[in-house]
Amino acid sequence: MASIGKIARRTFLFGAVAIAGGAAFGAWYVSRPAPNPLQPGADEAALNPFVLVTPEGVTLIAPRAEMGQGTQTTWAALIAEELDVALADVQVMHGPPAQAYYNSAMMGEGLSHKGYDASSFQHSLGEAMGVMGKVFSMQVTGGSTAMKDGFERMRVAGAGAREMLKAAAAERLGVDRASLTTRDGAVIAPDGTTLPYGELAAAAAELETPRIRLRDPRDWTILSQPQPRIDVPGKSTGTATFGIDVRPPGLRFAALRMAPKGGRMAGFDAFGIDRMAGVEKVVDMGDGVAVIATNTWLAQQAVDAIPVEWEMPDHAATTDEMMQAVAAGFATEPDSRFRDDGDVTDLPEGAREVTAEYRVPFLAHATMEPMNATAWIDGDTLRIWCGNQAPTFLQAACADEAGIPAERVEVNVTLMGGGFGRRGEFDYAVLATRVAKAMPGTPVQLTWSREEDMTHDFYRPAAMARMTGAVADGRAVVFDAAVSAPSVTAQALDRWMGFAPGGPDKSIVDGIYNQPYGIPNYRVTGHKADVGAPMGFWRSVGASFNGFFHESFMDELAHAAGADPLAFRMALTRDEWLPAYYVLEAVRDMSGWTGETPEGTGRGVAMVYSFGTPTAMVIEVQRDSETAEDGTVSHGPIRLTHAWIAADPGIALDPRIIEAQLSGGMVYGLSAAMGEEITFAGGRVEQQNFPDYEPLRMSQMPQVDVQILETQERLNGIGEVGTPPAAPALANALFDLTGQRVRELPLRKQFDFYI
Amino acid sequence: MATSLTVNGAAQEVDLPDDVPLLWVLRDALNLTGTKFGCGVAACGACTVHIDGQAVRACQVALGDVWGEVTTIEGLGTPETLHRLQQAWIDHQVAQCGYCQSGQIMQAAALLAETPAPSDDEIDAAMAGNLCRCGTYPRIRAAIRAAAQEA
Repeated sequence: MASIGKIARRTFLFGAVAIAGGAAFGAWYVSRPAPNPLQPGADEAALNPFVLVTPEGVTLIAPRAEMGQGTQTTWAALIAEELDVALADVQVMHGPPAQAYYNSAMMGEGLSHKGYDASSFQHSLGEAMGVMGKVFSMQVTGGSTAMKDGFERMRVAGAGAREMLKAAAAERLGVDRASLTTRDGAVIAPDGTTLPYGELAAAAAELETPRIRLRDPRDWTILSQPQPRIDVPGKSTGTATFGIDVRPPGLRFAALRMAPKGGRMAGFDAFGIDRMAGVEKVVDMGDGVAVIATNTWLAQQAVDAIPVEWEMPDHAATTDEMMQAVAAGFATEPDSRFRDDGDVTDLPEGAREVTAEYRVPFLAHATMEPMNATAWIDGDTLRIWCGNQAPTFLQAACADEAGIPAERVEVNVTLMGGGFGRRGEFDYAVLATRVAKAMPGTPVQLTWSREEDMTHDFYRPAAMARMTGAVADGRAVVFDAAVSAPSVTAQALDRWMGFAPGGPDKSIVDGIYNQPYGIPNYRVTGHKADVGAPMGFWRSVGASFNGFFHESFMDELAHAAGADPLAFRMALTRDEWLPAYYVLEAVRDMSGWTGETPEGTGRGVAMVYSFGTPTAMVIEVQRDSETAEDGTVSHGPIRLTHAWIAADPGIALDPRIIEAQLSGGMVYGLSAAMGEEITFAGGRVEQQNFPDYEPLRMSQMPQVDVQILETQERLNGIGEVGTPPAAPALANALFDLTGQRVRELPLRKQFDFYI
Repeated sequence: MATSLTVNGAAQEVDLPDDVPLLWVLRDALNLTGTKFGCGVAACGACTVHIDGQAVRACQVALGDVWGEVTTIEGLGTPETLHRLQQAWIDHQVAQCGYCQSGQIMQAAALLAETPAPSDDEIDAAMAGNLCRCGTYPRIRAAIRAAAQEA
C-alpha cells in the first residue's frame, strides 16, 4: 500500500498535469493534499482516487451524480479510454464524498466573460479559479460541468494509472517500459506475456508516476463512440437502486408535513395518533411534524391526521405581490452590466424601434422521484442514503443536524430519479437525520409526498425583461435589455456554504448578456429583485428564462425588419462567432426551412448559447381549422409535430447520450413553456400534484431530429443546453401559426394545446 | 390479520390493513422496490403493475381489493431472462434517470398483450398516462415498435 505522502504527491502531480501552464500556479498556491477517500485495504493499491485496481478487477470512481444524464458512463469512459479497459469489464462506483473530487469547471464558470469569446488566458484563469473548489469542498454535479471538469483530469487519471502499471510490469519482466502495450485490462510484453493489472497493482503503487501523454482523439476507441450506459439494464428491470429503494435491515418508514417555506409551526396535537395502524412514533420537527411507522403510507395517513397550526412566512403572500417586487427591481441600481457595446441611445437614421416586456413564472423541479433520504444513527456514526448532487455539503449539514463531526457521517449517493438542480440541495437529508435522531439505532426512510415535494421546492424564480431594440436595413442595430429577477445564487450559496459572496449575480443575466450576435449597440442590464420566496437552481438556471426573453425578442426584431427570422440570425452570427452560425445553418438544412409555411402550420427558430454550447432549435406546430357556413373559423388544438436541434459542444464524447440530453432538455423546456407554473396564495404554494402542474406527455411529444457539431475547439456543456431554446422556438412557431405574439409563460394560458 | 396475495407467481402473506395501497404493500412490506411511487393520485403512471395482466396504478388499488395475480417489473423479466420489452429498452438505451421506466415498461407490456402491433397513435394513447420528466418519449416509442415487430 502506498504511503500517504506518495498519494498526496500524486494528487498534486495529477493536478499539475491537468492544469497546464500558468494555471498551475494557482494549484500550488491554494491546494492542500486532498485526503484519499478510498482507504484501500492491505492487498489493494490506490493508484489515485479515481482508479482502484485489485486482484478481483478494476473499479473506476465516477464521483459525479447520476441523475439520468449518463455522466457516470462517460466519466468512466474517459478513464477507460486511457487505461485500456473495456467498460463492460469494470465496476463503476460513485465513491464517497471527498475534497479530492472537487469540481474545477464549476468554479471556473464564476468568471463574467461571455464565454464564447474567452481568450486562452481567461480559459487558464478559469481553471486556476477552479482549484478554489477544492478549498470549498465543492463536489458538485451541476452547471453542465461534469464532462468539462473530467475531460482532462480523468484521461490523465487513466493514463497515469496505465503507465504506472506498465512500469511495474517492466520491472518484473526486466524490459523497457516503452516496449510494453496495454489491452483489455492487462499489460502485454513483446513476447506475448500478458500480465493482468490486478497482479501489478501493488507493485505499481510503489513507483513514481512516469511522464504521460494523452492519446490523440483520432486514436480513441471508446470515447466519441456510443457506449451502452452502465445504469440502463438495472433501470430496465426494476433492479436499479434509487434513494427511495434502499432497504437496510430493520428499516422504518416516515412521512412529514412541514410549514410553508419561511413559515413556522405554532403547534400540533398528536393525541391518539400513536394508536393508528403501524405508527411507532410522532416526531416534532420544529417547523413541522413527522410520523415513523412500519409503512410509508401508514406514516402518511397518520401525519395527515394531525391537526397542525401553521404560521405563514414573512415574504409576500401572493404571486401578484411577488411580480410587483420583480417589476420594482427595474427601478433599483443595476446589479450588473456585463455587456455594453456601442451606444444603445444612438438610433440610426430610418431605424425602426421595437419595445416589449416579457415575464415568466416560478417553476418547480418536480423530479419523478419525490424527495427522500434514509438516515440511521448507528452508534456514533450517521449513515445516510440518498441521491444528491453535492454530497460534501450534504455531509456537513447532516453532521451539524446530528451534532457529530463530518467524518462520522457516511454518505451513500444513490441513483437519482431526476435532479434538474433540486438535488443540489440537502434539506431532505437534514430532515431525514432529524427524524432518525428520534429513533437511534434504527434506519428510517423519510419520503415526501408529492404534495410536500411540490410545495417545498426551491423554485426557479419568476423574472421579467424589458427590451428596446431597433432595426435598420434588415438588420438589428440596437438591442437593449434589462432583466429583473431575484438572486438564486445568493440564496443557494448561503444555504450550501453559509455565506454568499457579494458582487453581481451572473445567473440573472446568463443566457442574455452573452449571446453571440454581432449587434453594434448591445446592452444588457441585470437588476436584483427583492423577492423572499425560496429559490434554487433549475435546469439551465438564468438561461431558462433569458433564452426565452432574448430569442422571442430577436424574432420580434426580425419581423420588424421584414427579414426571415432564421436568415436574420445567421446574418448576425456569421461575423460574430461561427459555431453559432453553423448550428443555425444545420437546423435550416435539417428542417428544410424555407421561411414559408403552409396554412395551418407554423415554424419557429431559436438559438441560445449556454454552458459554452450554442444550440439551435426549430419547432413546428400544426392545427386544423374549419370554416363554418357563416364564415366563422374554428380551430382545433395545436400539436407539436416536429423539432430539429443542432448543438456544438466542441467534442462529442458519447453521441447517443448527447442526443438524449438535447432531446430531453428540450422536453423539460417545453413542459415549462406550455404548462407549468407555480403560484403563491396566502404565503403558500398553490400547486400540489401533477394534475395542477402538468408536464409534457407522450401524446404531445414531437418527432425530434438531432445533429451534433464539433467545430468548437474545447469541450463544453450538454446537460442543460437543450432547455433554453425550447420556449422561444415554440412561442415563435405559435406566432408564425397564429400571428399572436405571447410574451408570458406558460403558453397554455393563450393557446389550446392537444393533450 | 394477514392477507394473502400472489405476486410474480409466489404466494405472499402480508400483515397490513386492507386499505393500504398495493404500491406500499409491494415496496415496503415485500421489498419489491422496482414499482415506483411518483404521485399517489394516478397522475404519473410510475407505479403501474399488472393484475391478471391488466395494467393498473398500484397507488389506487387497496390491498383488500386486489382481485387477481399481481405482476411487477421484477416478475415481467429479470436481468438474466429479459422480457422482450426490457431487451428493447436496453437496445434503444431508453432510460435517463430511469425512475419512471418500470411503469412505462409495464404499461407497454399490457398494450402489446392486447394490441400486438399498435399504431403510433395507439402507442401514444396507451402511454399518455405515464409521465417522464427526462423526456425519453421518442426512445420509448421506438422500443415499443421494435418489441412489437419482434413478436
